[in-house]
Amino acid sequence: MNGWSHHLIVAPILIPVVAAAILLFIEERQRVTKAMVSLASALLLLAVAFILFRIESGPNGYEGVYLLGNWAAPFGVVLVLDGLSALMLLLTALVAVAALVYSLARWHGMGSHFHSMFQLLLMGVNGAFLTGDLFNLFVFFEVMLAASYGLLLHGSGQLRVKAGLHYIAVNLAAALLFLIGVSLIYGTAGTLNMADLAARIPDMEADRRMLMEAGAGVLGIAFLIKAGMWPLCFWLPTAYSAAAAPVAGVFAILSKLGIYVILRLTMLLFDSGPSAGFGSTVLLYGGMATLIFGTIGVLASQALGRLAGFSVLVSSGTLLMVLGINDGAVSSGALLYLVSSTLTISAFFMLIELVERSQDAGANVLAVTMEAYGDADEDEPEEGDGVTMPGTMAILGTCFAMCGILLSGLPPLSGFIAKFAMLSAMMGTGAIGVPPTAAVWALIILVILSGVAALISMTRVGIRTFWTSLEGVVPRVLVIEIVPVMFLLGITLLLTVQANSAMQYMDTTIRTLSNPSLYIDAVRNATVVPGVDSDAGEGD
Amino acid sequence: MEIILSIAIGVMTSCGVWLILRPRTYQVIIGLSLLSYAVNLFIFGVGGVKTNVPPILSGNGADGVLADPVPQALVLTAIVIGFATTALFLVVLLASRGLTGTDHVDGRGDKR
Repeated sequence: MNGWSHHLIVAPILIPVVAAAILLFIEERQRVTKAMVSLASALLLLAVAFILFRIESGPNGYEGVYLLGNWAAPFGVVLVLDGLSALMLLLTALVAVAALVYSLARWHGMGSHFHSMFQLLLMGVNGAFLTGDLFNLFVFFEVMLAASYGLLLHGSGQLRVKAGLHYIAVNLAAALLFLIGVSLIYGTAGTLNMADLAARIPDMEADRRMLMEAGAGVLGIAFLIKAGMWPLCFWLPTAYSAAAAPVAGVFAILSKLGIYVILRLTMLLFDSGPSAGFGSTVLLYGGMATLIFGTIGVLASQALGRLAGFSVLVSSGTLLMVLGINDGAVSSGALLYLVSSTLTISAFFMLIELVERSQDAGANVLAVTMEAYGDADEDEPEEGDGVTMPGTMAILGTCFAMCGILLSGLPPLSGFIAKFAMLSAMMGTGAIGVPPTAAVWALIILVILSGVAALISMTRVGIRTFWTSLEGVVPRVLVIEIVPVMFLLGITLLLTVQANSAMQYMDTTIRTLSNPSLYIDAVRNATVVPGVDSDAGEGD
Repeated sequence: MEIILSIAIGVMTSCGVWLILRPRTYQVIIGLSLLSYAVNLFIFGVGGVKTNVPPILSGNGADGVLADPVPQALVLTAIVIGFATTALFLVVLLASRGLTGTDHVDGRGDKR
């Protein structure tokens, strides 16, 4: 990577922030212009993310260190692009494009500044994926959170405000924990650059390292709140199910952001050396508890929104457990699972709104008394105009079935392949080759049970929605709304067909991650552009 | 100096934690503010507490006496961000009060 393409690394942060700034100057009434700017930015982002992904999946690995302001690594702020961040950028861009297109049908007009907040959210998420500096991670995290507060409240209403109040309070407290963790790490290690920190840990004296680990633990809690580890997850299903459909769709990536940071930091800081394995027990058992809680929640959910919210928890729990095991082969399966489940949940959140249009509000909550209501609620508020989808119920049903198959991990779709890759590695037929311990057996059983629970719930809801729906009210679904859902599900199909190359990519990514010296060297050896300032680097 | 600083941080943190566990939104926001003050002081403190020392190496730097400038920069950022998010929370708080008619965090009056 050289020449102009090197600057592409910073583009995923710049494109949305510029778009958000432009959008602020366009009047709210010029909805089409706003939509076009926003969509152009998202598509550009997708293109950039795809190019970066292609570069990373090529033969040369770590070349993506970008020195912001041309300051050498420990002094300035760096952006680091590796296999993992390229993958997450691409995933974010895919979900963002789908959610944005979906929102154009009606949601983007339901309140002000939807597009600006959406772009700022993307900027925060992309920045958090790219940054190589803990404090910058905080800043990007806050940008993302601030935008997500606005997006969660988008469309207003009592339910959203109530959920938003809880969401904001929880996340503000989490941000404070984040700050405590970061400052403890700075106070003990004297650096906030992730690569520099990883290089300094082996030489730390024991008492300092203990404080540093305490800081890392506090920092971890902040991300576990975001990822929704039990018992830090009670806000999540309420908030996600209260959010507008496209917002919930893009929120699916936010909980994966927590997972990403934990994966990145554990692989980088606690892979080997004196602090090796720090926190893995917490992740393992916390993940198990999350998975159990999520599974019970999935079984107990009457409303579809909450079912999807608990599916987020199931996905987080599975990933956290795998991070707790910290084994290469399992982790690469888990990366595929991460991609597949994010796409599925995002599509599912958007599909829910379409499916629920055929029912009166609250019908699912009061399923037993459904007959009593009859077709009283036929006139749903429908503000969108455009081409209506023909054969609506058939398409909705197919998408719903696909979501069910993906969530429960049945063959033939990618949910099955990802779970299969994880479970076979856990059982010892993969790379570890050792018989699983009791904890791993428990884990295997839990993963399978969670799949069964998802299957039961989805079947129950599917039968109620598509087969025994009362008057056969066909919801009015626009092409622009169903296409994003089909797009996301189509990617899971692609992931299924291309499972081999996808798994290879995940394998390479995990292998590079499990060798932190590659990351450290890449950041430390990144040279400043010559001829600008000869004594850059004496800034500390 | 260190004792005073740590007592101040401790008192504010404990008050803040107690307040964010209360059921009224007003108490929660005051609690969050107190917590963020405590955290800001804490960040300031991790650089080492020094008085009358410039945040830059003076002379040839051999004496090594300087106040670490990085926590000061960090705390500035943290103050700005904390202020902005608290203001945003205040707006949501008012919206919730307007929509539900109560300042209970769950939007309904307490039954006890």
